[in-house]
Amino acid sequence: MGKTIAEKIFDSHYVDNPSGDIHVIRLDAVFCHEITTPAAINDLVSRGKDRVFDPSKIKAVIDHVTPAKDSKTAIQGKILRDWAGRHQIRDFFDIGRNGVCHAIFPEKGFVRPGYTIIMGDSHTCTHGAFGAFAAGVGTTDLEVGILKGVCAFHYPKSMKIEVNGALPKGVYAKDVILSIIGKISVNGATNKVIEFSGSTVDAMSMEARMTICNMAVEAGATSGICRPDQTTVDYLWEFIKDEFQSRASALEAFSAFAPDPDAKYDSMITLQAETIEPLVTYGYKPDQVKTVREMEGERVDQVYIGSCTNGRIEDLRAAARELEGKKIKDSVRGIVSPATPLIYHQALEEGIIKIFMDAGFCVTNPTCGACLGMSNGILAPGEVCASTTNRNFNGRMGKGGMVHLMNPATAAASAVKGCITNSEQYMHGR
Amino acid sequence: MKNFNGKVLFLDRSDINTDEIIPAKYLTEISKEALKPNLLEDLKLEGFSPSADIPGKSIVITRANFGCGSSREHAPWAFEVNGINLIIAESYARIFRQNMFNCGMMAIELPKETIDHLFKVYQRKEVTIETDLDRNWFTIRSGSRIEEIPFFISDYDRSLVLAGGWVEFADRHY
Repeated sequence: MGKTIAEKIFDSHYVDNPSGDIHVIRLDAVFCHEITTPAAINDLVSRGKDRVFDPSKIKAVIDHVTPAKDSKTAIQGKILRDWAGRHQIRDFFDIGRNGVCHAIFPEKGFVRPGYTIIMGDSHTCTHGAFGAFAAGVGTTDLEVGILKGVCAFHYPKSMKIEVNGALPKGVYAKDVILSIIGKISVNGATNKVIEFSGSTVDAMSMEARMTICNMAVEAGATSGICRPDQTTVDYLWEFIKDEFQSRASALEAFSAFAPDPDAKYDSMITLQAETIEPLVTYGYKPDQVKTVREMEGERVDQVYIGSCTNGRIEDLRAAARELEGKKIKDSVRGIVSPATPLIYHQALEEGIIKIFMDAGFCVTNPTCGACLGMSNGILAPGEVCASTTNRNFNGRMGKGGMVHLMNPATAAASAVKGCITNSEQYMHGR
Repeated sequence: MKNFNGKVLFLDRSDINTDEIIPAKYLTEISKEALKPNLLEDLKLEGFSPSADIPGKSIVITRANFGCGSSREHAPWAFEVNGINLIIAESYARIFRQNMFNCGMMAIELPKETIDHLFKVYQRKEVTIETDLDRNWFTIRSGSRIEEIPFFISDYDRSLVLAGGWVEFADRHY
């Protein structure tokens, strides 16, 4: 019988089947950040088991609160930093070299097709864009991953979501995933892997694939996953060129993790890209989705462009196209956080940072900060934020605040107008 | 093994997320105990008051997709330090459910009809539950009314509860 991508990865990483459909699998990478890892480190120390299974397979970054904002966050950073030092974890990214975990780890070439990855962060599903099984876990799973290099999961059921056709101008990957979550709801994919496919996904850049996989967890999915293809190989080539004779041979090797034509799916959904228009969330759940047209004119106090969902170079370009030569409304606070130093550099070289600054945006260092109201950009009660992030939960960006999720072009257009509105690129393309 | 008996807190809403259970601003705390006063601080639920409703409770009964959102294990920890080790719901988000059992706590699913029944009969009353892990029964007591409800727990989840969590289990096996 044919297998899905997730089944192929699980079968090639099998360690044990302790009971029922529980599979313990071998991990190719364990990613760490300073919010959920220190408790795991402290627990390992207190148990007398301060060890790591393989320092070359552990990658760590300080990203949620950076620079540290108080003693507590300084201590969290220090625990991670000291631990990385004493265990010779070479891939540790501290301030000046750090970025949002789900942007910087792929950018460094740490994610490969067929990999198994865990991290103490729910948006770890982002890395499925490379044809990897990547899942967010809690601190205890992370702790065992660090110590033993294994993790337990139910053997994965997959939901196939096929998107076909060409996206209209001004419609982005963010709209595709919001459209999907709106259809299947916040628990529509719980305990399943979403396998994204179809000509729209095939035509997407790695950045766009990361955007759709990033929000798979907002539908409850264990991981989002895309079939590795030429785009995957081209993105990774600089990191893998010593391992393969040619791009063609890399593609052939990675094709081992393509789904079989007769793979069995738990359910299947098909979307037509031409029918998708710019979307925005309206409530406190990511499945509460309306078209921007329906929400046109809703006041915004703050506009945030960044995060592991939409803080990559393509996202900044999309926003800059909208902002070029314009000023944001006086009543709006605009904040942009390029997700990594490399993205920041690229944006500087392309003149994008200047466009943001000329428009009146505040440009911050790479950090998760504002997305979860942890270190900057916090809303006052009653305030509204147009945001390119992934969660609109009650209190997410500050107690009493409201978050509307949208694509970067819509967010930029809304900053200019002071209220939710469609981007010019979308309106002109109609 | 942890205690799975005591008074019940009813949370009558689906999709209660981990930001509501414990807001991100408290994730800078290293000690679990520090989370105690902030459990369910941002819960959007009419008439619910954390300071009035949580003290003395050991068990939560709630609706569907409980614990969706972030992977923060601070969510189970915030329940644990408040003496709540058992949650009974229609369904859970995967990571939250796994975190509960990984901590040696229990996240038990009951059918929607049973959850509806529990809310209908007991929500406004003082209710205690006793958990029998040998027979897989909850004994529900309220006033003079006593009811027994069976539950399912997989052998694997039970082994995590009995071991005291996943670290202990994994350390023994891998």
